[in-house]
Amino acid sequence: MAKSTTREPRRAVSSYERRKTLIAYSFLAPNFIGFAIFTLLPVLFSIFLSFVKWKGGAFSTMEWVGLNNYAEIFKVTKVAEKGLGYLFTKVDLGIALKNTLFYTLVTVPMTLVCAIALALALNRAVRGAIGFRTVFFFPYVASMVAICVCWRFMMMKNGPINQLIMAMGGSFNKSWTADSTMAIWSIILVSVWRNMGYYMVIYLAALQGVPADLYEAATMDGANKWQQFTHVTLPQLRPTTFFASTMMIISCFKIYDVVAIMTEGGPGRSTKMLVTYIYDEAFSNFNYGIASAIAMVLLVIVLVFTLAQFSMEDKYANR
Amino acid sequence: MTQMVQGRHTVIRRSPASVALKALLYAVLIALALFTLIPFVWMISASLKLDREVFSYPIRWIPETFHWENYRLIWSKVPLVTYFKNTATIALLVTFIQTLTSSFAAYAFAKLQFRGRNTLFICYVATIAVPWQTYMLPQFILMRAMGLYDTLWAIVVLQSFSAFGVFLMRQFYQGIPTELCEAARIDGLSEYGIWARLVIFTFVGTWNDYMGPMIYLTRDVNKTVQVGLRRFIQENSSDYHLIMAVSVCSLLPVSVVFLALQKYFIQGIATTGLKG
Repeated sequence: MAKSTTREPRRAVSSYERRKTLIAYSFLAPNFIGFAIFTLLPVLFSIFLSFVKWKGGAFSTMEWVGLNNYAEIFKVTKVAEKGLGYLFTKVDLGIALKNTLFYTLVTVPMTLVCAIALALALNRAVRGAIGFRTVFFFPYVASMVAICVCWRFMMMKNGPINQLIMAMGGSFNKSWTADSTMAIWSIILVSVWRNMGYYMVIYLAALQGVPADLYEAATMDGANKWQQFTHVTLPQLRPTTFFASTMMIISCFKIYDVVAIMTEGGPGRSTKMLVTYIYDEAFSNFNYGIASAIAMVLLVIVLVFTLAQFSMEDKYANR
Repeated sequence: MTQMVQGRHTVIRRSPASVALKALLYAVLIALALFTLIPFVWMISASLKLDREVFSYPIRWIPETFHWENYRLIWSKVPLVTYFKNTATIALLVTFIQTLTSSFAAYAFAKLQFRGRNTLFICYVATIAVPWQTYMLPQFILMRAMGLYDTLWAIVVLQSFSAFGVFLMRQFYQGIPTELCEAARIDGLSEYGIWARLVIFTFVGTWNDYMGPMIYLTRDVNKTVQVGLRRFIQENSSDYHLIMAVSVCSLLPVSVVFLALQKYFIQGIATTGLKG
């Protein structure tokens, strides 16, 4: 197969080269056609939609409104008048941003701590390590609707969670998902519970790559277990931690399923998230332009973290 | 206190402190394992109780009598068979199309030289970073215009051509030296291994997908298990025992796949660390 093509003149496209390109395109076509129609085109279309006013009827009813949708979701005139506090306490978008950010800032570190703890524990010679690994990973493959409705029931007024709180001397006799301060915590709890096993697997793989002689050297220097952890393990895991946290931040910003099944964004607006907001505007209120403008806000946030991840990956790879 | 530790470790002299540490380790592991499993245990327990027993105080983990009839009752209350059939159809079709088309495309990107290769590949990579939720609406508008709304095909085409599959497969092909490809001396296992991973992740992801089917599938004959379960919850919101019985049923297929193939799941994540 390895025929030399270098001897041919560069500019003249030989029939051999043309055939090679054709073959390559025939390999690509089945996937690319589907990809172009159902992914690439909608992505471009969504940018356009954020500049129009449209309720989804005939295409002729579409009206170009420029940046109006963005002014509308940020309530620019009201916010300019009443200050930034208004945005985050009264405006839907501000509330959705605040909730999503709070959810992300709590879920990511909690999941990471649990994941590292589990990985460290299972990285030692533990009896039944494979069994434990299977157990911790299992929630990740279980379907969301079933586990979320189960958690919602468990967190009901007379459910096992409140009974446990009572047994420990506390008292809380409301359904978590119906309480405006606890609702978001119920979502955080389910998210941590579901994802810690997934990130545990990533950390387990990373721990295999930490050179054993680093620990030997640390022991000879008189470092105790905790010092070994903070001075050897954690620094060695830094690339993994960075990678895992950006990945998790991105997926946290896309949260929808758990909210839809457990709280539907409520009570009030206490668990309204960015995607919940997009969904409501798009599929309940048919404000296609507004929904697309919110989608662009989400896109920008996600892209920032993705770019951060890419640039750091280069840095770590070139170390 | 000297003790032989089995397995790869040699003889270790154990101080009382290290024994205590070991005990603590197991205590933490067991506590977290319980935390992980309790919702599933509670789900099964509730599915075998009477409606009024579900929230009894104090909680009873093992039902007084096992009400197996709950599992018989649900089949008449909700068209579960249809839901399972639809979900299986979608998941199998998506897995097949996805694996087949992305294998070919990835091979072209990894091993063939042709004009426009880099531009096209950038298109793929760039869309991986774009969350589906930002273009689900234009995609919906397009599908509706094509007459795919409320058909199983909507979900099939929505899931089948993910850029992620191409990306994953390309990474894999690039890891194989071209000479080896040509000499056809590739270790058969590793080659099937990556396919197995793609197949498993696509299958489970499609089976568990909720938002896509919820947007597209409105008629009962088209619903998947996830959306069907959701409908059942909304319509019978206080039949806790029955909801839990349907939930257990909805978890069974994926649990079986996972337990049978868990090695591939866990290796797949450990080596690629990525998801769609």
